[in-house]
Amino acid sequence: MIEVTHLTKRYGDHTALSDLSFSIEKGQIYGFLGPNGAGKSTTMNIMTGCLAATSGQVKIGGHDIFEEAAQAKALIGYLPEQPPLYLDRTPREYLTFVAQAKKIPKDRVSAEVDRVLAITQTDQVAHRLIQHLSKGFKQRVGIAQALLGDPDVIILDEPTVGLDPVQIIGIRDLISDLGKDHTVILSSHILSEVQAICSTILIISRGKLVACDTPENLERLFAGSATLELEVEGTPEAIAKALCPIPCLISPEIVSTRENTCRIRLESSEDLRDLCRDIFFAFSDASLPILQMTPAKASLEDIFLELTSGDSPESAGKEDDA
Amino acid sequence: MIAVFRHELSSYFTSLTGYVFGGFLLLFAGIYTMVYNLNALVANFEYVMESIAFIFLIIVPILTMRVLAEEKRQKTDQLLYSLPISMTQVVLGKFAALLVMFLLPLAILSLYPILLTAFGSVHLPAAFGAILGFFLLGSALLSIGMFLSSLTESQAVAAGLCFVVMLLNYFIVDLAGFVSSSAFGSLAAFLVVILLLALIVRSMTKSPLAGLVTGGILGLGTLAAYLMSSESFEGLFPKVMEQLSLFDRFYRFADGVFDLTALVYLLTVVGVFLFLSVQSMEKRRWSA
Repeated sequence: MIEVTHLTKRYGDHTALSDLSFSIEKGQIYGFLGPNGAGKSTTMNIMTGCLAATSGQVKIGGHDIFEEAAQAKALIGYLPEQPPLYLDRTPREYLTFVAQAKKIPKDRVSAEVDRVLAITQTDQVAHRLIQHLSKGFKQRVGIAQALLGDPDVIILDEPTVGLDPVQIIGIRDLISDLGKDHTVILSSHILSEVQAICSTILIISRGKLVACDTPENLERLFAGSATLELEVEGTPEAIAKALCPIPCLISPEIVSTRENTCRIRLESSEDLRDLCRDIFFAFSDASLPILQMTPAKASLEDIFLELTSGDSPESAGKEDDA
Repeated sequence: MIAVFRHELSSYFTSLTGYVFGGFLLLFAGIYTMVYNLNALVANFEYVMESIAFIFLIIVPILTMRVLAEEKRQKTDQLLYSLPISMTQVVLGKFAALLVMFLLPLAILSLYPILLTAFGSVHLPAAFGAILGFFLLGSALLSIGMFLSSLTESQAVAAGLCFVVMLLNYFIVDLAGFVSSSAFGSLAAFLVVILLLALIVRSMTKSPLAGLVTGGILGLGTLAAYLMSSESFEGLFPKVMEQLSLFDRFYRFADGVFDLTALVYLLTVVGVFLFLSVQSMEKRRWSA
């Protein structure tokens, strides 16, 4: 659906994007993740034709965004970081203008505007001036604008920034719904958000694409060996004895002891599920009750920090591997 | 383009701008009609048009200050860039709306000479020739205002810049008269103008090289021409300024001359500044 090849953007001496390449398939929700200033908005602006790249190419549905701008742009709905709203208009007037500019046939404009107002649940404020709307509603009107003409691709730049938690959930549900029959690309610097709604995550750091995979794969890739944290009732000696028969255990480590319970951390080269089973039977045979058992997997947050942190040569090497 | 046109036009009416612009124009036209035609019993409506040309200094900045600057400030230009319409269509749509805003009070004004015929003989071709010239001058000035508005994201700066440019345009012939009419005086004046031009090019392209090349070529060219025939430079600067002045072209119409070169010149100015506005908007895509 979208092909981005060798995209580079320079502002004078500053390189905002360097040699970014990726492709976007139809009918999924993609998340651009990266710290502030990583190049997410720049990438999106270039993809939608708002900004020219220094070099490289963007193709939307086979149309180059610069050479066949009209055809390419007709396939995209874009919500920039700051919703581009005319504050002295009502949502209905504003959306009618955008619908006409998107060359929607005259007889369908009004129906189309009604449709997007309904989807974004902004119909009750359709006749109030945009400048009097709350931030959440402004954001919704911005999304409504992107949905006009039912484009195949919807690109949303930080759609939930500055909203309250209830509004965030509302917008997220809306995006999930849109993902059912559109290709949605959104950017965010909030991990949980991307993790919750996106099927593929692209991590951008300092103008480079450092990872592109599903959230599950990213976690698996970085999880390393299976690690378990346990809280067991029993003395350290009894616990050590019970653990003896378990194979492949790398380092049983007692983290802390309190009264009659111990917190222990186990690492194993075995599969996590097998390890859990072995542990359960070992302790049950020894009549030591397990009070808590938590698999410690690398969270997306760890991966994110690892991929985007610092300039140390170590992490730079990892970026190249990813 | 039609969508942009409609949108712009309605925004002039939802805000006060359109009314202030039209009101101002009609107020001054009314005062001068009363003074000249009604009180002094002069039958020439073209005098009214000639006398009120100075109000362009005020109404052009009012009408054009927000046209592109406000899009940039509100970030709605991002919408325009991402819509499947070209910048040329956007600029043309906006300019068409400006023209309509200008034509509406002008249409009312056109009734005045016809009304005056009821009280005596009015030379209508001269009156309407002057109105046509007034319209052409206004279009040229509006296109300049629009271009200036594309250079900044602050309405106030756009308005100030536009006012200064209008003022210079209005007084340029008088000012040029102060330059020494000797050949060297003209040369010096030309070199100052070229230096200013080079500085503008430099600040707009942010490339010292472009400014240097523009200034260098023009400056050396002028110097070479001066060295070849210095006598032709005598009194040249005021003459050139007279030729460049938009207001002077309009005065030809007001004098009752249907000047085809003036018509072509004013339309060319419109074309050039619309082109520059499109380029200025396109440029933001590269450096914004």
